[in-house]
Amino acid sequence: MSTILTLVELTHQGEVSASARGLLAAAASLGTPVAVVATPTPLSEDAISQLGALGATGIYQAVGAEAATVLGTPSVEALAGAVAALAPQAVLAANSVDGREIAARLAVRVGGALLADAVSLRTDGGQIVAEHSVFGGSYAVESTVEGGLAVITIRQGAIEGNAPAATPDVTTVELSGSGAGARIDAVNDAPVTSSRPELRAAKTVVSGGRGLGSKENFVLVEQLADALGAAVGASRAAVDAGFVPQTAQVGQTGVSVSPQLYIALGISGAIQHRAGMQTAKTIVAINKDGDSPIFDVADFGIVGDVFTVVPQLIEALGARAR
Amino acid sequence: MKIAVLIKQVPDTADERTLDPETGWLNRDAGDNIVDEINERALEVALQVKDKDKSTEIVVLAMGPDEASKAIRKALSMGADSGVHVLDDSLAGADAVRTAAVLAAALKGIGADVIVAGNESTDGRGGVVPAMVAEHLGLPLVGALSVIELSGGKVSGERQGEAGTLTVSAVLPAVVTVTERTAEARFPNFKGILTAKRKPVNTVSVADLGVQDPAARAVLVAHSPRPARVAGKKILDDGTAGTLLADYLIENRLV
Ligand SMILES: Cc1cc2nc3c(=O)[nH]c(=O)nc-3n(C[C@H](O)[C@H](O)[C@H](O)COP(=O)(O)OP(=O)(O)OC[C@H]3O[C@@H](n4cnc5c(N)ncnc54)[C@H](O)[C@@H]3O)c2cc1C
Repeated sequence: MSTILTLVELTHQGEVSASARGLLAAAASLGTPVAVVATPTPLSEDAISQLGALGATGIYQAVGAEAATVLGTPSVEALAGAVAALAPQAVLAANSVDGREIAARLAVRVGGALLADAVSLRTDGGQIVAEHSVFGGSYAVESTVEGGLAVITIRQGAIEGNAPAATPDVTTVELSGSGAGARIDAVNDAPVTSSRPELRAAKTVVSGGRGLGSKENFVLVEQLADALGAAVGASRAAVDAGFVPQTAQVGQTGVSVSPQLYIALGISGAIQHRAGMQTAKTIVAINKDGDSPIFDVADFGIVGDVFTVVPQLIEALGARAR
Repeated sequence: MKIAVLIKQVPDTADERTLDPETGWLNRDAGDNIVDEINERALEVALQVKDKDKSTEIVVLAMGPDEASKAIRKALSMGADSGVHVLDDSLAGADAVRTAAVLAAALKGIGADVIVAGNESTDGRGGVVPAMVAEHLGLPLVGALSVIELSGGKVSGERQGEAGTLTVSAVLPAVVTVTERTAEARFPNFKGILTAKRKPVNTVSVADLGVQDPAARAVLVAHSPRPARVAGKKILDDGTAGTLLADYLIENRLV
């Protein structure tokens, strides 16, 4: 079976990032998954067994201090080394802030081509075919690479399931310490890690818009999210107004979600917002203005005030649970 | 300082965007084509440097069909000094790798100290072309900046990552990309619109740039529209809507 490389990103604490599961699962559906990582110190036993549990049959680690101080290029070097050593059929990376830049540089360095933001992968007559969801899910597009190595970025949260567990062989090489990269001067990790599910993978998402009016009022969105075990999302207007961090933005220039249930509170439903949520299975919208375009895509729409409807909803859900 | 800004003309995200049923490529005739908002923000970064230091020279670079010259004129009317338009029929449907090879070749001719681009276009959403350009030119990429400082032969800023932000920097020359958290772009003023007509735009072809076609390419194999969503029921809150919604969620096993 052909080798499929997956770029494993590490957090600044050296932990395996959440994207590894989906990448290894996708790789296992195509061939033999090998995890590639650039790391300042050799991976811990814990990290190695975690990658094995996620399906890595091999780990290729490139070790060097610059993995912690130089942006991206150490991972490009690690992948390029693994490509030369293992002659893979494809390289998979998360369509994350780091993953896409690393994949892009790699494609040029090894003379490959890039398929961006795939939502699923399959093999067809020995070729890897990527499916993309274009214009907010209005189109399904399939693409493949001809004439060189396929480097593919995968939409986070799009791949479900797990690869069968494996016991990885570990190959260790040293980073060269060269290469053009930007410097990481400081790491300012997000202060709070919430106990809520991750937005991209959540089964239920509750989003709030400008209609919430203030950061204080936005708590209502969080309360409903917690009552439903949901992730919190937002419109760009709510992010711009400082109600929530940018990472919560759903839409054209934010996260794309496809949950079982999406609840939009005080969101007008601009086309750029719909582009990030209209593939949800069920959409519920609450908005004061009955003409809001959000109702065009809602399975259940309520023309009403979020400040009266939502507390009643939370109350009713609580009563049923009791 | 000489700043090159990458500009892409895209279909307005406010319109319905479609793919050509024959080729699966972007249908450019469906609605308005505009400068991608993120590129206007990239240009704004450059213009703010020029506001402080009049000796700054801003060159905008666009690859695209005839109509992309409008995007360049818009950038010139906002305050850029000159434009380069890579115009070549053979570039229709070019993938990211080819686009980057062409832009990198054009940038070699421009010789900028810093290249500023948007982090991701609204039509492709790949977010890969600037990194590819950086690789071609052997330059550092300082990507996804939500706060940016460009001065003293250096670029630094806040990079919006998955788990918080990083403070990053590079000595110039470098490639920089900005996010939509950077400042909104200014509007062209009347004087800007008038002077834009006289500013130079250099139109070049692939042969002029002497770029080889990359061996590997991404090809489209299939494309199909998905059925549009239909609106479901809509009720006016009479004081019981919250309870009715709870019933709906429970009946449909959504909670
Ligand atoms: C290039 C580009 C990219 C963009 N990307 C995104 C993106 O990724 N995500 C995104 O969301 N937007 C994006 N936008 C912005 C988008 O066009 C809209 O401006 C934005 O989605 C509006 O957010 P909103 O619905 O919260 O605000 P508004 O449009 O102001 O809507 C607020 C709504 O709240 C309702 N309301 C007010 N008070 C109450 C109340 N008490 N109870 C119930 N309802 C109430 C109002 O009726 C109104 O419909 C983008 C725009 C551009 C140009």
